[in-house]
Amino acid sequence: MAFLEVKEIYKSFGKTDVLRGISFSLEEGQVLSIIGSSGNGKTTLLRCLNYLEFADSGTVTLNGKLISDGKVLKSLKESQIRENRLHFGLVFQSFNLFPQYTALQNVNLALSLMEKERAKKGVEPLYDEPSIEVAKKLLIKVGLEDKMDLYPCQLSGGQCQRVAIARAMALKPSVLCFDEPTSALDPELTGEVLRVIKELKESEGITMIIVTHEMSFAKNVSDKVLFMVDGIVEEMGAPVEVFDNPKSDKLKAFLQGINEK
Amino acid sequence: MEEFVDVSLRLLEGFSSSVIIFVFTLIFAIPLGLLIAFCSMSKFAPLRIVSRTIVWVLRGTPLMLQIFVIFYLPGLLKLFVWPAMNTGWAWFDKTISTRLIAALVAFSINYAAYFSEIFRGGIEGIPKGQMEAGEVLGMTKPQIFFKVILMQVVKRIIPPMSNEIITLIKDTSLANVISVLELIFWAQTFMLEGLIWPLFYAGAFYLVFVGALTLFFNWVEKKLSYYKV
Ligand SMILES: Nc1ncnc2c1ncn2[C@@H]1O[C@H](COP(=O)(O)OP(=O)(O)OP(=O)(O)O)[C@@H](O)[C@H]1O
Ligand SMILES: [Mg+2]
Repeated sequence: MAFLEVKEIYKSFGKTDVLRGISFSLEEGQVLSIIGSSGNGKTTLLRCLNYLEFADSGTVTLNGKLISDGKVLKSLKESQIRENRLHFGLVFQSFNLFPQYTALQNVNLALSLMEKERAKKGVEPLYDEPSIEVAKKLLIKVGLEDKMDLYPCQLSGGQCQRVAIARAMALKPSVLCFDEPTSALDPELTGEVLRVIKELKESEGITMIIVTHEMSFAKNVSDKVLFMVDGIVEEMGAPVEVFDNPKSDKLKAFLQGINEK
Repeated sequence: MEEFVDVSLRLLEGFSSSVIIFVFTLIFAIPLGLLIAFCSMSKFAPLRIVSRTIVWVLRGTPLMLQIFVIFYLPGLLKLFVWPAMNTGWAWFDKTISTRLIAALVAFSINYAAYFSEIFRGGIEGIPKGQMEAGEVLGMTKPQIFFKVILMQVVKRIIPPMSNEIITLIKDTSLANVISVLELIFWAQTFMLEGLIWPLFYAGAFYLVFVGALTLFFNWVEKKLSYYKV
Protein backbone atom coordinates (compact mmCIF):
# COMPACT_ATOMS: atom_id res chain seq x y z
CA MET A 1 0.00 0.00 0.00
CA ALA A 2 1.26 3.44 -0.90
CA PHE A 3 2.12 6.10 1.68
CA LEU A 4 -0.90 8.20 0.72
CA GLU A 5 -4.00 6.60 -0.73
CA VAL A 6 -6.88 8.83 -1.82
CA LYS A 7 -9.93 6.87 -2.92
CA GLU A 8 -13.09 7.94 -4.68
CA ILE A 9 -13.46 11.45 -3.32
CA TYR A 10 -16.85 12.98 -4.15
CA LYS A 11 -17.84 16.51 -3.38
CA SER A 12 -20.71 18.65 -4.55
CA PHE A 13 -21.84 22.15 -3.70
CA GLY A 14 -25.62 22.07 -3.92
CA LYS A 15 -26.34 20.79 -7.40
CA THR A 16 -22.81 21.27 -8.75
CA ASP A 17 -20.76 18.11 -8.64
CA VAL A 18 -17.23 19.39 -8.30
CA LEU A 19 -15.32 16.21 -7.48
CA ARG A 20 -16.64 13.02 -9.03
CA GLY A 21 -14.53 10.20 -7.75
CA ILE A 22 -10.92 11.28 -7.47
CA SER A 23 -8.42 8.54 -6.65
CA PHE A 24 -4.66 8.58 -6.61
CA SER A 25 -1.77 7.31 -4.55
CA LEU A 26 1.59 8.72 -3.68
CA GLU A 27 4.77 7.29 -2.17
CA GLU A 28 6.59 8.98 0.67
CA GLY A 29 8.84 11.77 -0.57
CA GLN A 30 7.13 11.92 -3.93
CA VAL A 31 5.70 14.99 -5.56
CA LEU A 32 2.35 14.96 -7.32
CA SER A 33 1.43 17.82 -9.62
CA ILE A 34 -2.19 18.47 -10.43
CA ILE A 35 -2.90 20.30 -13.65
CA GLY A 36 -6.10 21.20 -15.44
CA SER A 37 -8.00 24.24 -16.56
CA SER A 38 -9.84 26.65 -14.32
CA GLY A 39 -12.89 25.54 -12.37
CA ASN A 40 -12.14 21.83 -12.55
CA GLY A 41 -12.03 21.26 -8.83
CA LYS A 42 -8.30 21.34 -8.12
CA THR A 43 -8.61 23.77 -5.22
CA THR A 44 -11.62 21.88 -3.89
CA LEU A 45 -9.59 18.67 -3.80
CA LEU A 46 -6.82 20.27 -1.72
CA ARG A 47 -9.40 21.86 0.55
CA CYS A 48 -11.01 18.47 1.13
CA LEU A 49 -7.64 16.95 2.04
CA ASN A 50 -7.14 19.78 4.54
CA TYR A 51 -10.66 19.55 5.94
CA LEU A 52 -11.56 23.07 4.87
CA GLU A 53 -14.35 21.33 2.99
CA PHE A 54 -15.87 18.00 3.94
CA ALA A 55 -15.90 15.45 1.15
CA ASP A 56 -19.29 13.81 0.67
CA SER A 57 -17.67 10.42 0.39
CA GLY A 58 -14.32 8.79 -0.24
CA THR A 59 -11.39 7.86 1.96
CA VAL A 60 -7.90 9.08 2.66
CA THR A 61 -5.36 6.64 4.06
CA LEU A 62 -1.95 7.75 5.23
CA ASN A 63 0.78 5.31 6.18
CA GLY A 64 -1.82 2.54 6.33
CA LYS A 65 -4.01 4.51 8.72
CA LEU A 66 -7.47 5.63 7.65
CA ILE A 67 -7.57 9.33 8.47
CA SER A 68 -10.61 10.48 6.58
CA ASP A 69 -13.83 8.81 5.57
CA GLY A 70 -16.40 10.99 3.84
CA LYS A 71 -19.27 9.09 5.40
CA VAL A 72 -18.35 9.89 8.97
CA LEU A 73 -16.65 13.25 8.44
CA LYS A 74 -19.59 15.39 9.40
CA SER A 75 -20.10 13.60 12.68
CA LEU A 76 -16.47 14.03 13.77
CA LYS A 77 -15.72 16.25 16.71
CA GLU A 78 -13.83 19.50 16.23
CA SER A 79 -10.85 18.09 18.15
CA GLN A 80 -10.64 14.97 15.98
CA ILE A 81 -10.75 17.05 12.84
CA ARG A 82 -7.95 19.20 14.21
CA GLU A 83 -5.86 16.14 14.88
CA ASN A 84 -6.44 14.61 11.43
CA ARG A 85 -5.87 17.91 9.73
CA LEU A 86 -2.34 18.14 11.08
CA HIS A 87 -1.26 15.35 8.73
CA PHE A 88 -1.63 17.88 5.95
CA GLY A 89 -0.29 21.35 5.37
CA LEU A 90 -1.60 23.87 2.87
CA VAL A 91 0.09 26.78 1.16
CA PHE A 92 -2.49 29.15 -0.27
CA GLN A 93 -2.44 30.98 -3.56
CA SER A 94 -2.84 34.29 -1.73
CA PHE A 95 -0.40 33.43 1.12
CA ASN A 96 -2.85 34.33 3.93
CA LEU A 97 -0.05 35.48 6.21
CA PHE A 98 -1.17 37.12 9.44
CA PRO A 99 -0.60 40.83 8.75
CA GLN A 100 -0.07 41.91 12.34
CA TYR A 101 2.84 39.54 12.90
CA THR A 102 6.40 39.59 11.58
CA ALA A 103 7.66 36.84 9.31
CA LEU A 104 9.19 35.10 12.32
CA GLN A 105 6.03 35.42 14.42
CA ASN A 106 3.97 34.08 11.54
CA VAL A 107 6.07 30.92 11.46
CA ASN A 108 6.28 30.62 15.22
CA LEU A 109 2.67 31.29 16.24
CA ALA A 110 0.90 28.01 15.56
CA LEU A 111 3.99 25.96 16.40
CA SER A 112 4.47 27.58 19.80
CA LEU A 113 0.78 27.09 20.64
CA MET A 114 1.04 23.47 19.58
CA GLU A 115 4.17 22.83 21.66
CA LYS A 116 2.51 24.41 24.69
CA GLU A 117 -0.51 22.20 24.25
CA ARG A 118 1.63 19.10 23.87
CA ALA A 119 3.61 19.95 26.98
CA LYS A 120 0.38 20.40 28.91
CA LYS A 121 -0.95 17.05 27.73
CA GLY A 122 2.36 15.37 28.45
CA VAL A 123 2.90 14.47 24.80
CA GLU A 124 6.48 14.73 23.61
CA PRO A 125 7.24 17.94 21.72
CA LEU A 126 7.46 18.14 17.93
CA TYR A 127 10.99 19.50 18.24
CA ASP A 128 13.74 19.33 20.87
CA GLU A 129 14.50 23.00 20.37
CA PRO A 130 12.36 25.95 21.40
CA SER A 131 9.84 26.80 18.70
CA ILE A 132 11.35 30.20 17.99
CA GLU A 133 14.67 28.56 17.02
CA VAL A 134 12.82 26.17 14.75
CA ALA A 135 11.03 29.09 13.12
CA LYS A 136 14.33 30.90 12.54
CA LYS A 137 15.89 27.82 10.94
CA LEU A 138 12.90 27.40 8.66
CA LEU A 139 13.12 30.99 7.51
CA ILE A 140 16.82 30.58 6.85
CA LYS A 141 15.98 27.49 4.83
CA VAL A 142 13.64 29.47 2.58
CA GLY A 143 16.27 32.19 2.19
CA LEU A 144 14.77 34.87 4.42
CA GLU A 145 17.48 35.16 7.03
CA ASP A 146 17.50 38.96 6.81
CA LYS A 147 13.72 39.44 6.63
CA MET A 148 12.62 37.72 9.82
CA ASP A 149 11.51 40.85 11.61
CA LEU A 150 9.62 42.42 8.72
CA TYR A 151 5.84 42.48 8.47
CA PRO A 152 4.07 40.91 5.48
CA CYS A 153 3.27 44.35 4.07
CA GLN A 154 7.01 45.01 3.91
CA LEU A 155 7.75 41.86 1.92
CA SER A 156 7.43 41.11 -1.76
CA GLY A 157 4.90 38.52 -2.92
CA GLY A 158 7.61 35.94 -3.43
CA GLN A 159 8.99 36.54 0.05
CA CYS A 160 5.48 36.31 1.53
CA GLN A 161 4.93 32.98 -0.14
CA ARG A 162 8.25 31.70 1.18
CA VAL A 163 7.21 32.72 4.70
CA ALA A 164 3.94 30.87 4.13
CA ILE A 165 5.87 27.76 3.08
CA ALA A 166 8.05 27.95 6.20
CA ARG A 167 4.94 28.42 8.32
CA ALA A 168 3.29 25.35 6.82
CA MET A 169 6.45 23.26 7.29
CA ALA A 170 6.76 24.19 10.96
CA LEU A 171 4.06 21.73 12.01
CA LYS A 172 5.78 18.85 10.21
CA PRO A 173 2.87 17.80 8.02
CA SER A 174 3.19 14.41 6.37
CA VAL A 175 1.91 15.84 3.10
CA LEU A 176 2.34 19.47 2.10
CA CYS A 177 -0.19 20.84 -0.39
CA PHE A 178 0.33 23.90 -2.58
CA ASP A 179 -2.54 25.63 -4.33
CA GLU A 180 -1.08 27.51 -7.28
CA PRO A 181 1.73 28.89 -5.12
CA THR A 182 2.96 31.28 -7.80
CA SER A 183 -0.27 32.42 -9.46
CA ALA A 184 -0.53 35.60 -7.40
CA LEU A 185 3.08 36.56 -8.13
CA ASP A 186 4.72 38.75 -10.74
CA PRO A 187 6.47 36.53 -13.29
CA GLU A 188 9.94 37.56 -12.13
CA LEU A 189 9.13 36.38 -8.58
CA THR A 190 7.87 32.90 -9.40
CA GLY A 191 11.38 31.50 -9.79
CA GLU A 192 12.41 32.04 -6.16
CA VAL A 193 9.33 30.25 -4.86
CA LEU A 194 9.60 27.33 -7.26
CA ARG A 195 13.27 26.98 -6.34
CA VAL A 196 12.37 26.74 -2.66
CA ILE A 197 9.75 24.08 -3.35
CA LYS A 198 12.20 22.08 -5.40
CA GLU A 199 14.78 22.33 -2.64
CA LEU A 200 12.29 21.03 -0.10
CA LYS A 201 11.81 17.97 -2.19
CA GLU A 202 15.50 17.40 -2.66
CA SER A 203 16.86 18.20 0.79
CA GLU A 204 13.91 17.34 3.05
CA GLY A 205 12.14 14.67 1.03
CA ILE A 206 8.75 16.11 1.83
CA THR A 207 5.73 14.52 0.20
CA MET A 208 3.98 17.19 -1.77
CA ILE A 209 0.85 17.79 -3.82
CA ILE A 210 1.13 20.85 -6.04
CA VAL A 211 -1.65 22.39 -8.06
CA THR A 212 0.10 24.47 -10.68
CA HIS A 213 -0.13 26.12 -14.06
CA GLU A 214 3.67 26.13 -14.41
CA MET A 215 4.07 23.20 -16.77
CA SER A 216 7.85 23.21 -17.01
CA PHE A 217 8.06 23.25 -13.23
CA ALA A 218 5.56 20.39 -12.96
CA LYS A 219 7.53 18.38 -15.47
CA ASN A 220 10.76 19.11 -13.72
CA VAL A 221 9.84 18.53 -10.08
CA SER A 222 7.11 15.89 -10.03
CA ASP A 223 7.18 12.15 -9.84
CA LYS A 224 3.58 11.99 -10.94
CA VAL A 225 1.25 14.29 -12.81
CA LEU A 226 -2.53 14.24 -12.52
CA PHE A 227 -4.63 15.92 -15.19
CA MET A 228 -8.06 16.75 -13.93
CA VAL A 229 -11.16 17.52 -15.96
CA ASP A 230 -14.56 18.26 -14.39
CA GLY A 231 -13.75 16.58 -11.13
CA ILE A 232 -12.42 13.41 -12.73
CA VAL A 233 -8.88 12.13 -13.16
CA GLU A 234 -8.62 12.28 -16.93
CA GLU A 235 -5.02 11.10 -17.12
CA MET A 236 -2.28 10.34 -14.62
CA GLY A 237 1.29 9.18 -14.96
CA ALA A 238 4.96 10.02 -14.91
CA PRO A 239 5.72 13.54 -16.21
CA VAL A 240 7.41 12.26 -19.35
CA GLU A 241 4.34 10.26 -20.28
CA VAL A 242 1.85 12.98 -19.48
CA PHE A 243 3.70 15.84 -21.11
CA ASP A 244 5.49 14.17 -24.00
CA ASN A 245 3.12 11.37 -24.79
CA PRO A 246 -0.41 12.41 -23.76
CA LYS A 247 -3.11 9.86 -24.51
CA SER A 248 -6.40 11.59 -23.89
CA ASP A 249 -7.61 14.16 -26.41
CA LYS A 250 -8.53 16.59 -23.68
CA LEU A 251 -4.98 16.53 -22.32
CA LYS A 252 -3.59 17.02 -25.83
CA ALA A 253 -5.84 20.01 -26.33
CA PHE A 254 -4.95 21.39 -22.89
CA LEU A 255 -1.21 21.15 -23.49
CA GLN A 256 -1.60 22.61 -26.96
CA GLY A 257 -3.50 25.57 -25.51
CA ILE A 258 -0.72 26.20 -23.04
CA ASN A 259 2.05 26.01 -25.62
CA GLU A 260 0.29 28.56 -27.75
CA LYS A 261 0.27 31.10 -24.96
CA MET B 1 -15.68 88.54 36.49
CA GLU B 2 -17.91 87.17 39.14
CA GLU B 3 -20.39 86.34 36.41
CA PHE B 4 -17.74 84.51 34.43
CA VAL B 5 -16.73 82.41 37.42
CA ASP B 6 -20.35 81.62 38.17
CA VAL B 7 -21.07 80.57 34.57
CA SER B 8 -17.87 78.56 34.41
CA LEU B 9 -18.73 76.61 37.53
CA ARG B 10 -22.25 75.86 36.35
CA LEU B 11 -21.13 74.78 32.90
CA LEU B 12 -18.40 72.66 34.40
CA GLU B 13 -20.97 70.98 36.61
CA GLY B 14 -23.16 70.38 33.57
CA PHE B 15 -20.24 69.06 31.59
CA SER B 16 -19.39 66.60 34.32
CA SER B 17 -22.86 65.08 33.83
CA SER B 18 -22.22 64.92 30.10
CA VAL B 19 -18.92 63.15 30.72
CA ILE B 20 -20.57 60.73 33.14
CA ILE B 21 -23.11 59.78 30.47
CA PHE B 22 -20.27 59.51 27.94
CA VAL B 23 -18.05 57.28 30.07
CA PHE B 24 -20.74 54.96 31.39
CA THR B 25 -22.35 54.61 27.98
CA LEU B 26 -19.01 53.41 26.60
CA ILE B 27 -18.52 51.04 29.52
CA PHE B 28 -21.94 49.43 29.01
CA ALA B 29 -22.38 49.76 25.25
CA ILE B 30 -19.10 48.17 24.12
CA PRO B 31 -19.60 44.75 25.76
CA LEU B 32 -23.31 44.83 25.02
CA GLY B 33 -22.53 45.71 21.41
CA LEU B 34 -20.13 42.75 21.16
CA LEU B 35 -22.82 40.45 22.51
CA ILE B 36 -25.37 41.79 20.02
CA ALA B 37 -22.83 41.47 17.21
CA PHE B 38 -22.29 37.78 17.98
CA CYS B 39 -26.06 37.23 18.20
CA SER B 40 -26.47 38.96 14.84
CA MET B 41 -23.93 36.57 13.32
CA SER B 42 -25.33 33.47 15.02
CA LYS B 43 -26.01 30.39 12.93
CA PHE B 44 -29.20 29.95 14.99
CA ALA B 45 -31.75 31.80 12.88
CA PRO B 46 -34.28 32.92 15.55
CA LEU B 47 -31.54 34.52 17.65
CA ARG B 48 -30.08 36.20 14.60
CA ILE B 49 -33.44 37.55 13.49
CA VAL B 50 -34.41 38.85 16.92
CA SER B 51 -31.02 40.47 17.30
CA ARG B 52 -31.09 42.15 13.90
CA THR B 53 -34.64 43.36 14.47
CA ILE B 54 -33.64 44.98 17.74
CA VAL B 55 -30.72 46.68 16.00
CA TRP B 56 -33.04 47.86 13.24
CA VAL B 57 -35.47 49.41 15.72
CA LEU B 58 -32.75 51.05 17.79
CA ARG B 59 -31.00 52.52 14.79
CA GLY B 60 -34.23 53.29 12.97
CA THR B 61 -35.82 55.52 15.61
CA PRO B 62 -34.53 58.77 17.08
CA LEU B 63 -32.45 58.52 20.23
CA MET B 64 -34.60 61.29 21.71
CA LEU B 65 -37.68 59.11 21.32
CA GLN B 66 -35.89 56.22 23.00
CA ILE B 67 -34.94 58.46 25.91
CA PHE B 68 -38.59 59.45 26.35
CA VAL B 69 -39.76 55.87 26.17
CA ILE B 70 -37.23 54.62 28.70
CA PHE B 71 -37.99 57.49 31.04
CA TYR B 72 -41.76 57.54 30.90
CA LEU B 73 -42.82 54.02 29.98
CA PRO B 74 -42.24 52.32 33.32
CA GLY B 75 -44.16 55.06 35.11
CA LEU B 76 -47.01 54.91 32.63
CA LEU B 77 -47.19 51.15 32.89
CA LYS B 78 -47.33 51.47 36.62
CA LEU B 79 -50.12 54.03 36.32
CA PHE B 80 -52.32 52.26 33.79
CA VAL B 81 -51.51 48.58 33.94
CA TRP B 82 -50.93 47.99 37.60
CA PRO B 83 -52.56 50.91 39.34
CA ALA B 84 -53.25 48.64 42.29
CA MET B 85 -49.63 47.78 42.65
CA ASN B 86 -48.77 50.80 44.70
CA THR B 87 -45.83 49.32 46.49
CA GLY B 88 -43.62 52.33 46.30
CA TRP B 89 -41.65 50.44 43.73
CA ALA B 90 -40.52 53.47 41.81
CA TRP B 91 -38.72 52.97 38.56
CA PHE B 92 -37.87 56.37 37.31
CA ASP B 93 -39.43 58.81 39.66
CA LYS B 94 -38.54 62.34 38.89
CA THR B 95 -35.40 62.79 40.96
CA ILE B 96 -32.18 63.89 39.33
CA SER B 97 -30.33 60.61 39.75
CA THR B 98 -33.07 58.48 38.24
CA ARG B 99 -33.26 60.84 35.28
CA LEU B 100 -29.57 60.27 34.79
CA ILE B 101 -30.03 56.51 35.04
CA ALA B 102 -32.83 56.58 32.47
CA ALA B 103 -30.60 58.56 30.11
CA LEU B 104 -27.73 56.10 30.67
CA VAL B 105 -29.95 53.13 29.89
CA ALA B 106 -31.23 54.75 26.70
CA PHE B 107 -27.77 55.81 25.54
CA SER B 108 -26.24 52.42 26.33
CA ILE B 109 -28.71 50.34 24.37
CA ASN B 110 -28.82 52.81 21.49
CA TYR B 111 -25.05 52.97 21.14
CA ALA B 112 -24.73 49.22 21.67
CA ALA B 113 -26.84 48.80 18.54
CA TYR B 114 -24.56 51.07 16.52
CA PHE B 115 -21.40 49.50 17.95
CA SER B 116 -22.72 46.00 17.22
CA GLU B 117 -22.98 46.81 13.54
CA ILE B 118 -19.45 48.19 13.52
CA PHE B 119 -18.16 45.07 15.28
CA ARG B 120 -20.08 42.79 12.93
CA GLY B 121 -18.80 44.61 9.88
CA GLY B 122 -15.27 44.46 11.30
CA ILE B 123 -15.40 40.74 11.98
CA GLU B 124 -17.15 39.81 8.75
CA GLY B 125 -14.75 41.96 6.77
CA ILE B 126 -11.73 39.87 7.77
CA PRO B 127 -10.85 37.71 4.75
CA LYS B 128 -11.90 34.08 5.17
CA GLY B 129 -8.36 33.05 4.34
CA GLN B 130 -7.16 34.30 7.73
CA MET B 131 -9.47 31.90 9.54
CA GLU B 132 -8.57 29.08 7.14
CA ALA B 133 -4.85 29.69 7.49
CA GLY B 134 -5.24 29.31 11.25
CA GLU B 135 -7.33 26.19 10.83
CA VAL B 136 -4.89 24.35 8.58
CA LEU B 137 -2.15 25.19 11.08
CA GLY B 138 -4.13 23.26 13.70
CA MET B 139 -5.14 26.28 15.76
CA THR B 140 -8.38 26.06 17.73
CA LYS B 141 -11.28 28.43 17.04
CA PRO B 142 -10.63 30.52 20.18
CA GLN B 143 -6.91 30.70 19.38
CA ILE B 144 -7.73 31.93 15.89
CA PHE B 145 -10.14 34.55 17.20
CA PHE B 146 -7.87 35.93 19.90
CA LYS B 147 -4.46 35.56 18.24
CA VAL B 148 -5.31 36.24 14.62
CA ILE B 149 -8.69 37.88 14.04
CA LEU B 150 -9.12 40.22 17.00
CA MET B 151 -6.21 42.59 16.37
CA GLN B 152 -7.23 42.92 12.74
CA VAL B 153 -10.79 43.73 13.77
CA VAL B 154 -9.55 46.34 16.24
CA LYS B 155 -7.54 48.02 13.55
CA ARG B 156 -10.44 48.01 11.11
CA ILE B 157 -13.02 49.40 13.51
CA ILE B 158 -11.01 52.27 14.91
CA PRO B 159 -12.08 54.84 12.30
CA PRO B 160 -15.85 54.09 12.53
CA MET B 161 -15.64 53.72 16.31
CA SER B 162 -13.92 57.06 16.69
CA ASN B 163 -16.70 58.64 14.64
CA GLU B 164 -19.38 57.14 16.86
CA ILE B 165 -17.55 58.06 20.03
CA ILE B 166 -17.16 61.65 18.91
CA THR B 167 -20.86 61.74 18.09
CA LEU B 168 -21.64 60.36 21.54
CA ILE B 169 -20.19 63.28 23.48
CA LYS B 170 -22.32 65.65 21.44
CA ASP B 171 -25.38 63.39 21.72
CA THR B 172 -25.23 63.60 25.52
CA SER B 173 -27.00 66.97 25.08
CA LEU B 174 -30.12 64.98 24.21
CA ALA B 175 -30.42 64.02 27.87
CA ASN B 176 -31.63 67.58 28.24
CA VAL B 177 -35.09 66.46 27.09
CA ILE B 178 -35.68 64.66 30.38
CA SER B 179 -34.04 67.48 32.31
CA VAL B 180 -30.75 65.83 33.12
CA LEU B 181 -28.59 68.73 34.27
CA GLU B 182 -26.00 68.42 31.54
CA LEU B 183 -24.03 71.09 29.75
CA ILE B 184 -26.71 72.40 27.39
CA PHE B 185 -29.23 72.52 30.22
CA TRP B 186 -27.10 75.08 32.06
CA ALA B 187 -26.23 77.05 28.95
CA GLN B 188 -29.94 77.27 28.23
CA THR B 189 -30.67 78.42 31.76
CA PHE B 190 -28.28 81.35 31.32
CA MET B 191 -29.74 82.12 27.92
CA LEU B 192 -33.19 82.43 29.44
CA GLU B 193 -31.68 84.91 31.90
CA GLY B 194 -30.53 86.97 28.90
CA LEU B 195 -26.92 85.78 28.62
CA ILE B 196 -25.99 84.59 25.13
CA TRP B 197 -22.25 84.02 25.44
CA PRO B 198 -22.49 80.92 27.70
CA LEU B 199 -23.93 79.12 24.68
CA PHE B 200 -20.67 79.62 22.82
CA TYR B 201 -18.75 78.86 25.95
CA ALA B 202 -20.60 75.53 26.16
CA GLY B 203 -19.70 74.88 22.52
CA ALA B 204 -16.05 75.33 23.44
CA PHE B 205 -16.32 72.56 26.03
CA TYR B 206 -17.46 70.11 23.36
CA LEU B 207 -14.82 71.34 20.94
CA VAL B 208 -11.97 70.85 23.38
CA PHE B 209 -13.23 67.40 24.34
CA VAL B 210 -13.66 66.34 20.72
CA GLY B 211 -10.22 67.75 19.92
CA ALA B 212 -8.69 65.61 22.66
CA LEU B 213 -10.56 62.52 21.42
CA THR B 214 -9.38 63.17 17.87
CA LEU B 215 -5.76 63.41 19.00
CA PHE B 216 -6.19 60.21 20.98
CA PHE B 217 -7.60 58.26 18.06
CA ASN B 218 -4.94 59.60 15.71
CA TRP B 219 -2.35 58.34 18.16
CA VAL B 220 -3.97 54.89 18.34
CA GLU B 221 -4.18 54.67 14.56
CA LYS B 222 -0.54 55.58 14.29
CA LYS B 223 0.37 52.96 16.88
CA LEU B 224 -1.33 50.33 14.73
CA SER B 225 0.01 51.54 11.41
CA TYR B 226 2.93 49.12 11.41
CA TYR B 227 0.77 46.57 9.62
CA LYS B 228 -1.90 46.65 6.97
CA VAL B 229 -5.04 44.56 6.97
N1 LIG C 1 -17.88 27.02 -1.61
C1 LIG C 1 -18.36 26.79 -2.84
N2 LIG C 1 -19.67 26.88 -3.09
C2 LIG C 1 -20.16 26.63 -4.32
N3 LIG C 1 -19.41 26.31 -5.38
C3 LIG C 1 -18.09 26.22 -5.21
C4 LIG C 1 -17.49 26.45 -3.94
N4 LIG C 1 -16.16 26.29 -4.06
C5 LIG C 1 -15.94 25.97 -5.35
N5 LIG C 1 -17.09 25.92 -6.04
C6 LIG C 1 -17.24 25.58 -7.47
O1 LIG C 1 -16.52 24.40 -7.69
C7 LIG C 1 -15.90 24.42 -8.96
C8 LIG C 1 -14.45 24.07 -8.83
O2 LIG C 1 -13.79 25.08 -8.13
P1 LIG C 1 -12.24 25.02 -7.77
O3 LIG C 1 -11.91 26.28 -7.09
O4 LIG C 1 -11.98 23.76 -7.04
O5 LIG C 1 -11.58 24.97 -9.20
P2 LIG C 1 -10.05 25.07 -9.59
O6 LIG C 1 -9.76 23.89 -10.44
O7 LIG C 1 -9.22 25.27 -8.39
O8 LIG C 1 -10.01 26.36 -10.51
P3 LIG C 1 -8.85 27.46 -10.66
O9 LIG C 1 -7.81 26.89 -11.57
O10 LIG C 1 -9.55 28.61 -11.27
O11 LIG C 1 -8.34 27.77 -9.30
C9 LIG C 1 -16.16 25.80 -9.54
O12 LIG C 1 -17.17 25.69 -10.51
C10 LIG C 1 -16.62 26.61 -8.37
O13 LIG C 1 -17.56 27.56 -8.79
MG1 LIG D 1 -8.03 26.90 -7.68
